[in-house]
Amino acid sequence: MSGTLPADAAAPWASASGSGDDALVRVDNLVKHFPVKAGGLISRTVGHVQAVDGVSLAIGRGQTLGLVGETGCGKSTLARCIAGLIPATSGTVTFDGKDITNLSRRAMRPFRREIQMIFQDPYGSLNPRRRVGSIIGDPFVIHRTATSAERKKAVQELMERVGLNPEHYNRFPAEFSGGQRQRIGVARALALRPKLIICDEPVSALDVSIQAQVLNLLSDLQDDFGLSYLFIAHDLSVVRHVSDAVVVMYLGRAAEQGPKDTVYDTPRHPYSAALLSAAPAADPESAAARQRIILTGDVPSPINPPNGCRFHPRCPKAQDLCSEQEPVLEGKAGDPAEHMTACHFPVQTGENLAAAGRGSHS
Amino acid sequence: MTLLEVKDLVVNFPTADGVVKAVRGVSFSVEPGRTLGIVGESGSGKTVLTQTLLALTPGGDITGHAVFEGTDLLSLSEDQMRKIRGAQIAVIFQDPLTSLHPLYRVGWQIEEMIRAHDRSISKKAAAERAIELLGRVGIPQPRQRVNDYPHQFSGGMRQRAMIAMALSLSPKLIIADEPTTALDATVQAQILDLLLRLQQESDTALILITHDLGVVADIADEVLVMYAGRAAEMASKHDIFYQPHHPYAKGLLESIPSSSAATERLKPITGQPPSLIRLPSGCAFHPRCAYVMDRCLTEEPQLVAVGSIGAHRSACFLPPLAVGLTDEVEQMRKNAVGQGRHASAAEVAQAIAAAPESQGSVIA
Repeated sequence: MSGTLPADAAAPWASASGSGDDALVRVDNLVKHFPVKAGGLISRTVGHVQAVDGVSLAIGRGQTLGLVGETGCGKSTLARCIAGLIPATSGTVTFDGKDITNLSRRAMRPFRREIQMIFQDPYGSLNPRRRVGSIIGDPFVIHRTATSAERKKAVQELMERVGLNPEHYNRFPAEFSGGQRQRIGVARALALRPKLIICDEPVSALDVSIQAQVLNLLSDLQDDFGLSYLFIAHDLSVVRHVSDAVVVMYLGRAAEQGPKDTVYDTPRHPYSAALLSAAPAADPESAAARQRIILTGDVPSPINPPNGCRFHPRCPKAQDLCSEQEPVLEGKAGDPAEHMTACHFPVQTGENLAAAGRGSHS
Repeated sequence: MTLLEVKDLVVNFPTADGVVKAVRGVSFSVEPGRTLGIVGESGSGKTVLTQTLLALTPGGDITGHAVFEGTDLLSLSEDQMRKIRGAQIAVIFQDPLTSLHPLYRVGWQIEEMIRAHDRSISKKAAAERAIELLGRVGIPQPRQRVNDYPHQFSGGMRQRAMIAMALSLSPKLIIADEPTTALDATVQAQILDLLLRLQQESDTALILITHDLGVVADIADEVLVMYAGRAAEMASKHDIFYQPHHPYAKGLLESIPSSSAATERLKPITGQPPSLIRLPSGCAFHPRCAYVMDRCLTEEPQLVAVGSIGAHRSACFLPPLAVGLTDEVEQMRKNAVGQGRHASAAEVAQAIAAAPESQGSVIA
């Protein structure tokens, strides 16, 4: 089940950034299964949610890797495994050349400073009863890196850096708007000068005008501090804007991964093609001209994923082979080496998938 | 013939902190079979606007008119409104999980909707109708799924069930309030496709409230851009996207990451939306506007015809012909700002330019 991916298939596009073996994060064949329990007092495991099932990727230094896919495809679980928030079932996560998979709390501690997260909900991720200054100052307290006087100064510098008024140090989160709260989250993530920030849908809850402010802030910080981002979002235009490379996930597996432009311009996996065609473009003429591939049905359960290619029940191109044999993530003819697709019948340039997709709809 | 005509609608909510001016004089009309897209940031009044039409904003002080097929919705009694709400005008809300009752079967909830408006329909006939409706909105095996509870449906299926419920009494107008915001892109495409198809089949009018300009680009005919409780700009979809006049509408368009310029810096709108209790003087957008002029600080601009076609209207003091995104038009705007900006507006412009989010886009 795992082991379908050769270890050296791990995102060689990092070499495009001139650091082939020097990627900041390298994930090899990561698997995360959650047991499904049944029975009351004496529970037994009756199955597994295969949330992440053999994903390999690499994030270059100062680079942004975009992770896209539908709800339930395992993007957040993958991110949490990389951050060490939940243990991986198998596979390895290498950070800065060191294996950090399933380290003990104590051994993980130095790495927690290097890896920070920004969450989706700027309302839910800030304690409403604590003042902003102390929320942003938390990392200093936890890691005992500053005296209280130093801390206040550092926090105010951080607030200024992310575009908040440092005089608002003593305010509560409720006194800030959604965009400002997300800036508070960014300041907190930045406090310990991490190398990697995992952004889990950081702008989904924000209005477009405010979203652009936060995206610009993230890109400035990346330039100033040489940060790497793992950027999770379901908005494909946002991911295209921020990413250097993207991974398209479907039901716990990478369907396609590669440099941003080739994946967006010439998607090879029918799922990526459908996802891209479904994304609304704020341009009526291209919206009218576009051939939308309407996928039928919903994502199947990750407890009991389909045999063969996991996408085959919804795929407009599916053939018998797809339900029998799992496709390997590999380079397809005509693509740059870094662009890899797990599909038996990849989409050819100029092929019209929309006709096939629409036939089974309605 | 116009199906719904809203005139000078004002909605205020008195609160302990002051009066929240949620809607401040909005007029628009909807034709049968057409789709009106209402866009704006959170708190711009778009939801209050449409909920007021159905008397779903208790506690609000409401003035104005909303004439639906000859009757003013705002003057109806609760009993009269109940006959229209659901039957003539149906609503689809954003979150399909909270709008369905978790303890009742989906089919039962659709039947209840049908029978609440017409007791003469037998339970059996209503049940058959529910199955037919679920099939029509694309739920597989509707005869079995009609007996499911909402939690057994996926997000997309729940939204389909909500649409089935909205369609159950063949309404003339459907108000869809962020119908796809909670859904994935692929499911969103399914739902928009479904709404369009159903609209074509039955000539229903649709008011689509959204903050996603991509959704508007997909299915709207006319667009109303709201800012701080007022209409900033109203036009056909084409004009809003290619010939915007109001700096706010233009700012919204420019702040979206576009695929063609994927590596360029985004151009956000500076600042935050205003408090609806303490609105800025003059034009409510002036504290965020790159084109702020002196009169913007004191006078509130009215909706006037702009561009070359009559149907395009905007509430901004910039020259009426300054529509679009080309360099010549930008020069026209700059000239107007050069003449109209003196000491007081220059101060505001400096404050905008100094804001951390400003990307130097303010006209000097």
